[in-house]
Amino acid sequence: MNTANMLLTLEGVHTHIGAYHILHGVDLQVPRGQLTMLLGRNGAGKTTTLRTIMGLWQADSGRVRFNGQDIQRLHTAQIAKLGIAYVPENMGIFADLTVKENMVLAARAARTAAQMDDARLKWIFRLFPAVEKFWNHPAGKLSGGQKQMLAVARAIIEPRELLIVDEPSKGLAPSIINNMIDAFQELKSKGVTILLVEQNLSFAKRLGDTVAVMDDGRVVHAGSMQALAEDVQLQQSLLGLSL
Amino acid sequence: MKADDLDLKPLLLVPALLLVALPLVGSFPTWLTLTVAGLAMGMIIFIIASGLTLVFGLMDVLNFGHGVFIALGAFVATSVLGAMGDWTGSADVWRNLMAVFPAMLVAMLVAGAIGLAFERFIVRPVYGNHLKQILITMGGMIIGEELIKVIWGPQQIPLPLPPGLQGSWFIGDAAVEKYRVFAVVIGVAVFALLAWTLSRTKVGLLIRAGVQDREMVESLGYRIRRLFVGVFVAGSALAGLGGVMWGLYQQSVVPQMGAQVNILIFIVIIIGGLGSTLGALIGALMVGLMANYTGFLAPKVALFSNIALMVGILLWRPQGVYPVTNR
Repeated sequence: MNTANMLLTLEGVHTHIGAYHILHGVDLQVPRGQLTMLLGRNGAGKTTTLRTIMGLWQADSGRVRFNGQDIQRLHTAQIAKLGIAYVPENMGIFADLTVKENMVLAARAARTAAQMDDARLKWIFRLFPAVEKFWNHPAGKLSGGQKQMLAVARAIIEPRELLIVDEPSKGLAPSIINNMIDAFQELKSKGVTILLVEQNLSFAKRLGDTVAVMDDGRVVHAGSMQALAEDVQLQQSLLGLSL
Repeated sequence: MKADDLDLKPLLLVPALLLVALPLVGSFPTWLTLTVAGLAMGMIIFIIASGLTLVFGLMDVLNFGHGVFIALGAFVATSVLGAMGDWTGSADVWRNLMAVFPAMLVAMLVAGAIGLAFERFIVRPVYGNHLKQILITMGGMIIGEELIKVIWGPQQIPLPLPPGLQGSWFIGDAAVEKYRVFAVVIGVAVFALLAWTLSRTKVGLLIRAGVQDREMVESLGYRIRRLFVGVFVAGSALAGLGGVMWGLYQQSVVPQMGAQVNILIFIVIIIGGLGSTLGALIGALMVGLMANYTGFLAPKVALFSNIALMVGILLWRPQGVYPVTNR
């Protein structure tokens, strides 16, 4: 693939957590404007890869580049300010704050809800009606699906170049998953680059343009999602499953 | 948050304690006197504890050296009030207040400035290690106490109330000391300011969010370390203010006063739920009232009463009355 077209690249990234060596030289490329799926069995290193990109865990060696800039030694807040939004596996909702307060925090340029971009907020309300419906409710009282919608809504309240989401379909009802798929497709159509970690393979197949499969702290396969979806033997060898 | 979303049960603890104490004390005027004294003591402890609970909530830092800012504030006040003898000696209450308020302000500024250095040189190197935090912050407090002795001397220094704040108002047969009412008013003002800041400003939102999930706050693009330094300095300044008020409450100051109050503060923030400002207020009022009621009813168990209170609360709610969600 053309390196210049890559928004995010990881080259030979090694990460330790305490005494444990989790990532063993991860090479990953996320093409600009596409939706990349990061697949793999439990414990393959997917979440560690995302946290390393965000600087929440420091890579010991290797290189992480965003828009051509080396971000490996940057602080998490600096990485976020470059235009990367991150939704962790636990969604990172501030449960004691209202939905509105969660959104105001994510809108860095706004000091109050009244200062938020009205047009963008209306767009978000259309994508995720639950955010508007429960605007003044404590976020901790939302259902799992509503929390996931709030987490993604919070990530896109300001324009970001890259959206990273860890297992967005985890534990969600099918109707909510369809809602999430529609939202990610609309985001993609607006030019947002997306990197998703997923265990739900049908979700991955419906959304992914490109795919990287991890095993034992390494990327063991990278290519188009369509090619993987059509190759049952490859799916079974990489994931032990078929799409 | 809407009122119907707030857990109301802990708010009933203070009125319940007031009602339980009334028949035990037996006399309404005595009960009223003890209650005002307890509320005043509770409000002073709250002012001191509010910063400490946020420091723990935001960065998981156990600062056992918080007491040094209490002593520092009180000793600074002795110097400022001593230099304003004409004002503090006047019988005019307004002239008295014109001396007390600058003393509070200077004490807060000095405690805040020393708090900034304390965070930078003592707390920062031990992030993430509770044992080292306990040891080094206690060591910091001991050094601070010794420096106070170097500057002000090791002896107890009197800190008399100005004449305008001395004496009592009488409500029927009940005597209500003027200074205790003053302490309650200052405590309510500090709580109102804190509550407004935490609920109505973006910095307040960031603090509340950071107490719940600091990694997520960082992932949204905010440097939580800067926020923490700000909270640490503000907490130190509030401890300095609390020290002035505690010194005036006791009418004397000693270098070890911070260490003496430290135990009460930790009881308060544990009762309240580590990181919760409203919880700290409830805990402080309970501790202040309990100390005064038991001091009257059963002086021999007064020291033990607050430990018993903490144990009772933790049996009911093991993470304190308002545990911070997500922690």
